[in-house]
Amino acid sequence: MSDALLRVDALRIALASNRTTYNAVEEVSFEIGRGEAFGLVGESGCGKSITALALMGLLRQPLSLAGGRIVLDGEEIQDASPAEMRRLRGKRIAMIFQEPMTALNPLSPVGRQIAEMYVLHEGMGWTEAMDRAEEALRQVRVPSPERRIRDYPHQLSGGMRQRVMIAIALACSPELLVADEPTTALDVTVQAEIIDLMAELCAAKGTAILMISHDLGLVANMCRRVAVMYAGRIVEAQPAEAIFATPRHPYTRGLINSLPRLGERSRRGRQKLQEIAGTVPSIAGYPAGCRFNPRCPEATDVCLAVPPAATPLPADGLVRCHHHG
Amino acid sequence: MLLVLGRRVANIVPTLAAVIAVIFLLFSVLPGSFISAMNEDGRTTMDPAVMDRMRKEMGLDDPLPQRFVKYLANTAIGDLGTSFRTKEPVTKLVGNRLWPSLKLVLAAMAVAIAIGVPLGFIAALKPGSAIDTISMVGAISGLSLSQFWLGLMLMYLFALKLQWLPSFGYGDGGLRYLILPALALGVGPMALLARTTRAAVLEVLNADFVRTARSKGMSESRVVEWHVLRNALVLVVTTIGLQFGSLMGAAVVVEKLFSWPGIGSLLVDSVFQRDIPTVQGCILLIVTFFLAINTLVDMAYVAIDPRIRYR
Amino acid sequence: MNGGLSLWIGGGLVAVALFAAAAAPLIAITDPVMGANLMNAELPPSLEFPFGTDAQGRDIYSRIVYGARVSLTVGIVSQICNSIIGVSLGLSAGYWGGWWDDLVSGLTNLMLAIPSLIFALAIMAILGPGLVSLLIALGLTNWSYSCRLARAQVLSLKSQGYVQAARILGYGDLRIMFTQLLPNILGPLIVIATLGMGGAILAEAALSFLGLGIRPPFPSWGSMLSEARDQITTAPWLSVFPGLAIFFTVLGLNLLGDGLRDILDPQSTTRRGA
Repeated sequence: MSDALLRVDALRIALASNRTTYNAVEEVSFEIGRGEAFGLVGESGCGKSITALALMGLLRQPLSLAGGRIVLDGEEIQDASPAEMRRLRGKRIAMIFQEPMTALNPLSPVGRQIAEMYVLHEGMGWTEAMDRAEEALRQVRVPSPERRIRDYPHQLSGGMRQRVMIAIALACSPELLVADEPTTALDVTVQAEIIDLMAELCAAKGTAILMISHDLGLVANMCRRVAVMYAGRIVEAQPAEAIFATPRHPYTRGLINSLPRLGERSRRGRQKLQEIAGTVPSIAGYPAGCRFNPRCPEATDVCLAVPPAATPLPADGLVRCHHHG
Repeated sequence: MLLVLGRRVANIVPTLAAVIAVIFLLFSVLPGSFISAMNEDGRTTMDPAVMDRMRKEMGLDDPLPQRFVKYLANTAIGDLGTSFRTKEPVTKLVGNRLWPSLKLVLAAMAVAIAIGVPLGFIAALKPGSAIDTISMVGAISGLSLSQFWLGLMLMYLFALKLQWLPSFGYGDGGLRYLILPALALGVGPMALLARTTRAAVLEVLNADFVRTARSKGMSESRVVEWHVLRNALVLVVTTIGLQFGSLMGAAVVVEKLFSWPGIGSLLVDSVFQRDIPTVQGCILLIVTFFLAINTLVDMAYVAIDPRIRYR
Repeated sequence: MNGGLSLWIGGGLVAVALFAAAAAPLIAITDPVMGANLMNAELPPSLEFPFGTDAQGRDIYSRIVYGARVSLTVGIVSQICNSIIGVSLGLSAGYWGGWWDDLVSGLTNLMLAIPSLIFALAIMAILGPGLVSLLIALGLTNWSYSCRLARAQVLSLKSQGYVQAARILGYGDLRIMFTQLLPNILGPLIVIATLGMGGAILAEAALSFLGLGIRPPFPSWGSMLSEARDQITTAPWLSVFPGLAIFFTVLGLNLLGDGLRDILDPQSTTRRGA
């Protein structure tokens, strides 16, 4: 246990609204080992992105860290000062964002935006840093990097921009890469390339990945372990193979059923993909009892009244359901 | 860069032609030529025969299209006609007034930029702070002031009561004479720039790429220096360009108040003297100047924002 | 500043100005034009004459109260004109497109190229001084913002298939424009008009100050300042109070516009350009 790179323990994130304060995320705990790829899955609005921002110390009003511990390499960082967090960010924990269109400064050449990392964290001068930026672009397989470093983001395609983001994030060989929906905004054909590139580079540098996505299939392919979040809580966590073989939470089963499967098309004919009925409840309107109960096909009286506790599963897994049996 | 400049200049030509047409038509089609007006004023009484001769001399009896073409052709070669009053070429009259006006407008804008933009920046970086509240209350007050009244008050306080500065006139063209009119004229755009800058910086601070910059482990001042400044500037520059229009409108009144020998006071005087060629010349020059400024702003844009070049 | 607060302060200031204009005969001390009394010439502010008197002995307070009528009439009527012109041109240009759109865009660019006060001044020079001329000059020269707003809004709704749907339902062009499109821009339009009113009041004051607007002896804040200018050394109160009246009225409108923007136009399509 103590060899975990990152341990998140009972994380709680508060959302301050006009009068009340809501818990946007609560009781979120997980562990990521060194060099391990860990997946966090859920629909948009379930709290996975703000969990990522919390790890980076980038929560901004009205969101704030309200409780729990974040332990990086044995060191608690949830109460670290802004200056201490700055030294961590980029250097030891890096992040890739969803929107490659807007995540890069439109008025700055991409080479410079990569080079900033070396200037900030490795004390290089700009000339040397630009050479390193060119090297970094080559590593993420951007063609003719010596020319591309002078390009502005609008001159690059979405896929190229996301490669630049990866180059920035991995510039200082961080211990942990937080990737928040890194391929959602990209063409399907480009998605696989980006994912492969990320996995390959992280493996080479020994960087662990926290992969955040709404796409269970993508996450399960890439990650050893997967946690499923719903309405601010982790509802199920299991090794990737186990979550497909024996999903224990009705929500996980819903997610799996909504995945398109190549082999099954012939068997199911033209049957539509199954979707989970309903939508994620808003923070202000979380139902009593189990938060999934309005959408759950298996909900019973106890689900309407009592919030389910986390039940441990083998291999450090857990499930939060009254009927996980 | 040159290509863009060429394109912008080419864009100005039709606008300018349209402006000339509007100015010409306004003063030609509407009833009451200046000669009859001269009579009505009671300042001069004229023999009908003299009036007829004057009309002929000035070509006022020619058909409208013919006069328009003539006016356009003359304007194109820089001949704005002859002043009805002084019989001097309008080009010369207006030309004499160009530098004082330019000096006033540019000084006012310089004051506005030098104070308004930094104030907006500071306010945006500390939203909700005392300095934010004070500067924004000041800004909306500045927007609500009429510039000539502010000028009047400044004149009363600094020229008449404290006697620090001359109350009006151009004097030797020195700085002392420029300060009060430039302040009176500059407060409005200063207020607007403070507000726009604040809004622009706040908008940029919320941009995704600023979050990226923070995720790199930059200090907040680095984030501002490396990523916010330039992006906010793009929005501020637009406002500066647009502000020149209302600045030149307001300059007319401020020039008149301070008896500043600029195009504005020439315009107002000529309106009262019904000196239509001079009125037309003044308006044309003001519009040309405004369009030229906006072209410069466009160029500044190209220099700041690489995306423009490829549009 | 806090949106709610500016709404209240702005609304309050505007209400005071509206009240002064409406109730002028009731709350004025003397007749604004005829109330001259040379015995009382150039008195500083006192209990009897709260804002002092002018060279003819007329009560400044009473003249300011009546002056509110001019300012508010000019502000409101000219902005109604501008809104009608701007919205009609903008809606129709965005809706019909083609040569009409090109023409309207050209016209809008032309209006933006001529500083609006200069344009108004030229019109006043031709029409001569007076309230009606002022209304025409200021009502015709400041419609470009509402025009652009209306046009942009129509184009965005058109691209969402909104207009096509209405057409399929058999609605006529004018009906679509006024019942489907206009309501969508009403909020930002009100904000533009409110802020524009302040601008029109400032323009009226400037034109009257130059002697091209309302001519003395009729009380308008601008013409009062124009008269007061020569007496600034001997009777500064003549300049102070009309100027403050302009300031607080325009401040009220600006605060009101800001506050309304927070409510009616949260995405802020009406960033102020002038």
